[in-house]
Amino acid sequence: MTADSSQPNQRWREEFQRSPRRDQPPTTVSGMEIEPLYGRGDVVDFADEETLGYPGQFPFVRGVHASMYRGRLWTMRQFSGFGTPSQSNRRFRFLLEKGQTGLSTAFDLPTLMGLDSDDPRSTGEVGRLGVATDTIDDFLELYAGIDLEQVSVSMTINAPAIVLMAFYLAAAEERGLDWKKLRGTIQNDILKEFHAQNEFVFPPVPSVRLVVDLIEFCTAQVPLWNTVSISGYHIREAGSTAVQELAFTLADGMHYVEQCVARGMNVDDFAPRLSFFFNAHNDLFEEVAKYRAARALWADAMRNRYGAKNEASWKLRVHAQTAGCSLQDKQPEVNLIRVAYQALAAVLGGCQSLHTNSMDETVALPSEHAVTLALRTQQVLAYETGVTNSVDPLGGSYFVEALTAQMQREAEVYFQRIEQAGGMIAAVEHGFFRREIAEAAVAYQKACDDKKKIIVGVNEFQQAEEKPLETLRIDEQVEQEQLASLARVKQGRNNGDVERTLDDLRRTADAQQNVFPTLLAAARARATMGEMVNALADVFGRYNTGAAW
Amino acid sequence: MEHSPQRIVLAKIGLDGHDRGVKVVARGLRDAGFHVIYAGLWQPPEAVVQAVSDEDADWLGISILSGAHMTQVPRLLELLRESDLDDVGVIVGGIIPESDVHQLQQMGVAGVFGPGTPIREIIEFLGR
Repeated sequence: MTADSSQPNQRWREEFQRSPRRDQPPTTVSGMEIEPLYGRGDVVDFADEETLGYPGQFPFVRGVHASMYRGRLWTMRQFSGFGTPSQSNRRFRFLLEKGQTGLSTAFDLPTLMGLDSDDPRSTGEVGRLGVATDTIDDFLELYAGIDLEQVSVSMTINAPAIVLMAFYLAAAEERGLDWKKLRGTIQNDILKEFHAQNEFVFPPVPSVRLVVDLIEFCTAQVPLWNTVSISGYHIREAGSTAVQELAFTLADGMHYVEQCVARGMNVDDFAPRLSFFFNAHNDLFEEVAKYRAARALWADAMRNRYGAKNEASWKLRVHAQTAGCSLQDKQPEVNLIRVAYQALAAVLGGCQSLHTNSMDETVALPSEHAVTLALRTQQVLAYETGVTNSVDPLGGSYFVEALTAQMQREAEVYFQRIEQAGGMIAAVEHGFFRREIAEAAVAYQKACDDKKKIIVGVNEFQQAEEKPLETLRIDEQVEQEQLASLARVKQGRNNGDVERTLDDLRRTADAQQNVFPTLLAAARARATMGEMVNALADVFGRYNTGAAW
Repeated sequence: MEHSPQRIVLAKIGLDGHDRGVKVVARGLRDAGFHVIYAGLWQPPEAVVQAVSDEDADWLGISILSGAHMTQVPRLLELLRESDLDDVGVIVGGIIPESDVHQLQQMGVAGVFGPGTPIREIIEFLGR
């Protein structure tokens, strides 16, 4: 040791200053500056008991359950669906046989946009990115032979979410199932569609009203159902930073809470069934900090801002999915490695369920081989790595705690900016969220183009010869089959009943009554989704954000 | 001799709402001196062809990530031909499997660009 290095920290600083630096700046994937070393001085307001607390207790930074993965592993829930309802039903059974523990349904674009398969705008899209569905009969077929009182079902649907929930419940009723025993989640988060994913139909205000109608109905009738999956995933996929994902998602959640309270609901009646859905991106520590910050911010808002008394209302339960936007079509097998690290981040962040992407998803929907490897990635993580043994293993790390606190502070700044923009709906209508996200997306692309960020196989370590993966091809006959089955349903139904139920639907929509009961009646009468969405659009109108960029 | 900037119409066809890529490309091309007209989401092929004609575009950039490109793009090319706009160069961006890339090129698509393509690569392609 040299004589002048009296203080170790001083000596470290000097040695660090003298050291060479790599070309790439030490920033997160979101562009956040990271210090070379974190210490006690970086966690000044940190107190073990208050800031960190214990798992299963306010502020839940360390997790929403006392035992976390020592008690029960996260649910391994792979999102899937394609082709006709019977094809997707086969894939569901395949996944359950492979040891998957919950189902997650992907719908095709016409369904996501509230269009029937026989709508001219649906041409070429039927059953392609998810399963095609038009009527209650498709829901009977989609989950045929699956015990819906045992297996939890997630449905990724937003603009017409309330219509699909009516199909699901009406189908369950025809099967003689008890609504009180059904477990699952419907995404039902329209706000992030306006911010990021662009699958909206109605204008913002009536869109949110439908979200609240579903929450109100299911809170009373389907008590185990998660009524909204408040989603940051798509915000991140559209190019946001981690902080934007965190802040915008929680702001969306708070808007739903406020609207439900304005409807006259008691916060503790519905809040325990709100769930969240976050991205698991490449930057391991940033992601872990994001999940921890999200729990603390939500618990604080629910307890202190909205006065929730029930601890279950304070808990931010989260589904995670690895980042589709991080996957590359160059050397696609490398995606397996990206997904594994991302899954690790989600688990170290304390997620309740997880979807791991398949390596071939930049090219096509996943093949059975690819989806099996994706599931195996979770199984290795759960059973072989030992990360499940200790709850919140990164808790108390100077770096992770400092980053968690920083993300909370930066999210609070966004909450204020949304307020200043006139609140959620005004901010949506003025394009605040879209602009913020687009700026971040452009900045990231520029960082990649300038090699400030290295993407393996893309802007560095390229390979001349590449062998393409075997990918899943969607049978071109799917569209014809679905059209035929829709035609059969239309032929077999009583059109007078359909018209009557659609008129009732328009009336309740116009009268500001909860539309759910009239949707159920229309579903039972074999009205199609497109017919119900059109009836709602007759009252609400349709929305387009234009082509602002 | 002064050259007026090249004009490119960008549009999303089909039902998918993934517009991160097309907006990043729009910004990148504008910064590189192109005159960019972005037609927006959910554009029917007829409306896209109308925009190409109205804007007297040199290029048309189509973004599609829904998998419906083999239905939508041929329809669009056919409409361009019917409107005597087949001198307009067509490029396609999105999730397009390798085997479809060749087919699209045979049909007359000038270039196909996957997710994460550096903007520079697209600019160089359009400059050739």
